[in-house]
Amino acid sequence: MNIDSIVNGVVIDHIKAGNAMKLYELLNLEELDCSVAIIKNVTSRKMGKKDIIKIDSDFDVNLDLIGFVDPDATINIIRDEKLVEKKNLSLPKELTNVLKCKNPRCISSVEQELPHIFRLTDEKNRIYRCIYCETKAEI
Amino acid sequence: MRHLINILDLSREEIDELIDVANDIIANPEKYNEACKHKILATLFFEPSTRTRLSFESAMLSLGGEVLGFSEAASSSAAKGESVSDTARTVSCYSDIIAMRHPKEGAPYVASLVSEVPVINAGDGGHNHPTQTLTDLLTIKREKGHFENLTVGFCGDLKFGRTVHSLISALSRYSGIKIVLISPEELKVPSYVKNGVIKANNMPYVQTTDLESVIGDLDVLYMTRVQRERFFNEEDYLRLKDSYILTPKKLEKAKPDLAILHPLPRVNEISVEVDKDPRACYFKQVRNGRYIRMALILKLLKEANA
Repeated sequence: MNIDSIVNGVVIDHIKAGNAMKLYELLNLEELDCSVAIIKNVTSRKMGKKDIIKIDSDFDVNLDLIGFVDPDATINIIRDEKLVEKKNLSLPKELTNVLKCKNPRCISSVEQELPHIFRLTDEKNRIYRCIYCETKAEI
Repeated sequence: MRHLINILDLSREEIDELIDVANDIIANPEKYNEACKHKILATLFFEPSTRTRLSFESAMLSLGGEVLGFSEAASSSAAKGESVSDTARTVSCYSDIIAMRHPKEGAPYVASLVSEVPVINAGDGGHNHPTQTLTDLLTIKREKGHFENLTVGFCGDLKFGRTVHSLISALSRYSGIKIVLISPEELKVPSYVKNGVIKANNMPYVQTTDLESVIGDLDVLYMTRVQRERFFNEEDYLRLKDSYILTPKKLEKAKPDLAILHPLPRVNEISVEVDKDPRACYFKQVRNGRYIRMALILKLLKEANA
């Protein structure tokens, strides 16, 4: 299967198989005008299977969001068809305005201009909680 | 600026210190008559709560201070659409300390981010109610003399009862406490309390649906209300509701020095006949609520002025 190489853009690699569509939606990639390729279930020596997303434009990726969904993913920045930067992710300690609290009783559902902040409370189980009502973050 | 939003904002040492001050206030009330003279407590109650609001106001008046505030959102600027942040920022210009109750979870925390004076969470939805937990701790300490090695039973609605969750968290800091969880299957403690607090702190615990089978083991029995609306069907509610009503008959098997607590209000989960039993401590608990709030106001004002 051939996917054209990117001139200037971003490749999100080593995505856990099955997570690519989730990232596509959360990163709002459907709003982009450029070519976006989602490659699912690619054979990987390290991971068995993986997903890849290729974005053919200088897209400012939200590293916190990707780190939250899939901290093992890698970000490759491409310029003039060359890899110029490779970013490894880690679990962000805090997520600001990435997700909204789903608890309808949370103050963040009504208070104007209150940032939506989640804090990492359990690194092992990757649990984030709303700083206002402590509800667990859900995608 | 120091605030009290969650009971775990206070260290175990600070809680012990607050209990000591509350005990001293009970023993020597005259010593504290003017301790907060010329200080103003603002009670911002965005939803009604007779007991908690009056307890805070009584606490401040007993310290020689003044109180101002509102007791429902309709009589506040929230009715005009003002944000919690703006209300808190404004009121902190008129007062030295704020006690806030709000139906939205996290609202007192939001207030604490902008307030120029200490903010005390007086209950935020189903989330936190730290001064109730302080009240419960003072009552246990006064009735039992210590926290260590007590067997504490929690009975009724352990799923939605925020006072139960907070008290278990606070007790997890003391050694040798055994927890007995008594509830219908439908109202068991949530996993974040069972796994995140009880198991995480290696607290020995027993989980049962039968109050009578464990009542004889308890040093403290913390009763809560089983609410009809929490059940999925009427049949289950009718089947279970009487199992969790405390009666003189059920108390026959209990220890002679059991302490019965309840955050109140009660509906029918403790029979009125139990009120006469010397083991009933829930009205003493109400009184203790005033003293521990006095101790808390003193501490926060002292730290704010330090």
